Amino acid sequence: MFLNLPLVVVVLLALIGIATILLKRNLVKIIFGVTILTSSVNLFLVTLAYREGGIAPIYTLAPADVMVLPTPHALTLTNIVIGVATTALMLSFAVIIHRRYGTVNIDEIRELRE
Amino acid sequence: MVSGAPLSSGFGIWNPLLWLVVFVIGLIIAYAVWRSGFSGYRTGSGRGRPYLSGNEEPSKGDVHIRAGNMYWGFTEGIKGYYEQVIPLHTGILTDNLLWIFWVAGILLIVVMVI
Amino acid sequence: MIPEFILSNAPALLIGVPLLGAFLSPLIGRLSRDARALWVLAIITLTTLIGYLVAFLAYTKGTLIYVFGAATPALSIPPDSGGIPIRIILTLDALSALMVIMTVTVGFSVIVYSLSSDSRRSGLEAYYTLFLLLIASVLGMFATGDLFNFFVFLEISSLAAAGLVAYKVEKGRAVEAGLKFLMVSAIGGVFFLLAIGILYGQYNALNIAMLAGMIQWTPLDKLALVLIIAALAAKCGSVPMHFWTPDAYSMAPAAVTAMLVVVSQASLYGLFRFCFTLYGLALTYGVIGWALIVLGVLSMVVGVTMAIPQKDIKRLMAYHSVSQTGYMLLGVGVGLAVLGDQALLGSFGITAMEGGIFHILNNALYKGLLFLTAGAIILRIGTSDMNRMGGLGHNMKWTMILFIIGALAIAGIPPFNGFASKFLIYESVFAFNPVLSIIAMVVSILTLASFVKVFHSVFMGPQLPEYADVSEAPGSMLIGMAILSGLVIITGLFPEFFVQHLIAPAAHALADPSGYLAAVLGGA
Repeated sequence: MFLNLPLVVVVLLALIGIATILLKRNLVKIIFGVTILTSSVNLFLVTLAYREGGIAPIYTLAPADVMVLPTPHALTLTNIVIGVATTALMLSFAVIIHRRYGTVNIDEIRELRE
Repeated sequence: MVSGAPLSSGFGIWNPLLWLVVFVIGLIIAYAVWRSGFSGYRTGSGRGRPYLSGNEEPSKGDVHIRAGNMYWGFTEGIKGYYEQVIPLHTGILTDNLLWIFWVAGILLIVVMVI
Repeated sequence: MIPEFILSNAPALLIGVPLLGAFLSPLIGRLSRDARALWVLAIITLTTLIGYLVAFLAYTKGTLIYVFGAATPALSIPPDSGGIPIRIILTLDALSALMVIMTVTVGFSVIVYSLSSDSRRSGLEAYYTLFLLLIASVLGMFATGDLFNFFVFLEISSLAAAGLVAYKVEKGRAVEAGLKFLMVSAIGGVFFLLAIGILYGQYNALNIAMLAGMIQWTPLDKLALVLIIAALAAKCGSVPMHFWTPDAYSMAPAAVTAMLVVVSQASLYGLFRFCFTLYGLALTYGVIGWALIVLGVLSMVVGVTMAIPQKDIKRLMAYHSVSQTGYMLLGVGVGLAVLGDQALLGSFGITAMEGGIFHILNNALYKGLLFLTAGAIILRIGTSDMNRMGGLGHNMKWTMILFIIGALAIAGIPPFNGFASKFLIYESVFAFNPVLSIIAMVVSILTLASFVKVFHSVFMGPQLPEYADVSEAPGSMLIGMAILSGLVIITGLFPEFFVQHLIAPAAHALADPSGYLAAVLGGA
């Protein structure tokens, strides 16, 4: 059970993220939901890298042990940075929308529609 | 350098240069027909003015058919289709994401089952 | 003649030059506006030349690879790695080369156009930085041979494009469009990264060629493919995930919209690359092929029927962009559906793929041209509402002629290039399934109908008194549009030349991934 606990948490976080995105009506909360979804994928990547009883993948003065895979760590770091930029841009868009429309309720931010 | 060879699908050929030759021949024939017509017309002499039962001609802006009024017959004709599809374009932000999840879900079921 | 340094490092320079230009342009903008305009023009000219060079090398020498950080650029498998290509590798085969040609051509015309169309806006240093960054990231998407690298460039292009879409602000509506675009792109990116994680967890490889050799059709691989298709199809604007397309395309500045068309084609390229080259030998052709065909037919029909009642000129053109994407999905989907059957593939499958790929090139050209003409009209008139326009043919003759060329091309009227690619698609899809071809032809007629509507309501009619002193579009805008329309005419008059030398190698490279794999895995 414990071996799969990270993956269970990944699925849980993803479901919470998707539920927040689809059910909430406040734009800021939807942006939170996107961040939660991104975190769940980051956790998934880190989980893929883990090897049971492994040590950090650093060669200097390393004991002769199984090392954790470093490539998904690089992927996760890159994705964290991308997530920061995306969240920052989305939040700045939300600020401008609030300034111009006066609301952050997505049911009312519907100027562009058929 | 650039060949004038025809484009061939497996079932037919298309040669645009040949089309152009035929088009130019058609234009020449049209010009010949035009030249053999009435040559005494002078523009602006009042011969081409519309007769609207004695009423005066409306202003230029009112005569021009605007974009929203064109193809009224077409949009009326398939009104049933439009009444289903246009409300789907709500403009709400999370409806985009809902459709992405739907498509991923349906595609997953189709791919897993078949 | 060309220095050896440039010849051997050309793929890296392809991405590096616009990237450098993007980050140096605010600094040079400090000197003066004209210095920045000259710098941007110089960078895009250099990028265009390098793009043509890279494409020429890829077409004549076979698949081009470039390894970052190796002793020589072609050393894809280090001698002590056990046969695994461990570095980030740029792989350019014929399809990538075609996309690079399309991107740099459209990018050059659009930058020339935007030198005068956006010259009176504020915040221009950010505009040109984001624009060059967008071009660099799209070129990176085409050039890369590595899954995660593709994801990074996909996200860069999403962020840059979202910033550009929201550039005009326009009482908050452009920002709303930018937010919708960014949200769809972010969710698409999350799906894509999840698929990368699943594939990495199974096969411990991120290089496309390496994965293609190892991949099987396990349930997890099916899940990864479904996530990739959903993410990339959402990013390219196929129905039913197209709702962001009219908003983003109509609210962006006109030059940016023409580039956004290329960005959508980039995700379409990714879709084809992953379906054909990555999964090519493992997936069930019928199911995935028909999935692409269904997406394509839906896009064609919904796109064009939603375009007819529109009153905003750029929104109408954006729906047509959705519709044209359907043609590409249809053509290449038919090719994928018969990929397993050699006889059918030779009879009409390759032709369908050629039609779809030719349509990608043609669509970027004429759709870019149409959006640029719409931008010229909006610049001169001040509104994009077609109900208020009329009689502009008296004042803007050149714009009208260029619009006619673009409208006839998109409707598939001979002798322009739209007809050439639609001819290939119609004939080959008819052999596959006649109903699909008939739907495609009806959609083409409706496309012509809606562009006749635009032409009449904008250009025809008497000269309205409020537009009596509207002048022609500025010079550099006309030059940008003329470049694209010249290419539309040339590809229309000599389609066999382009199909034989550019498109057929790309279609064959897609259908048979062995050349791609051999170039990466066989390098030493």
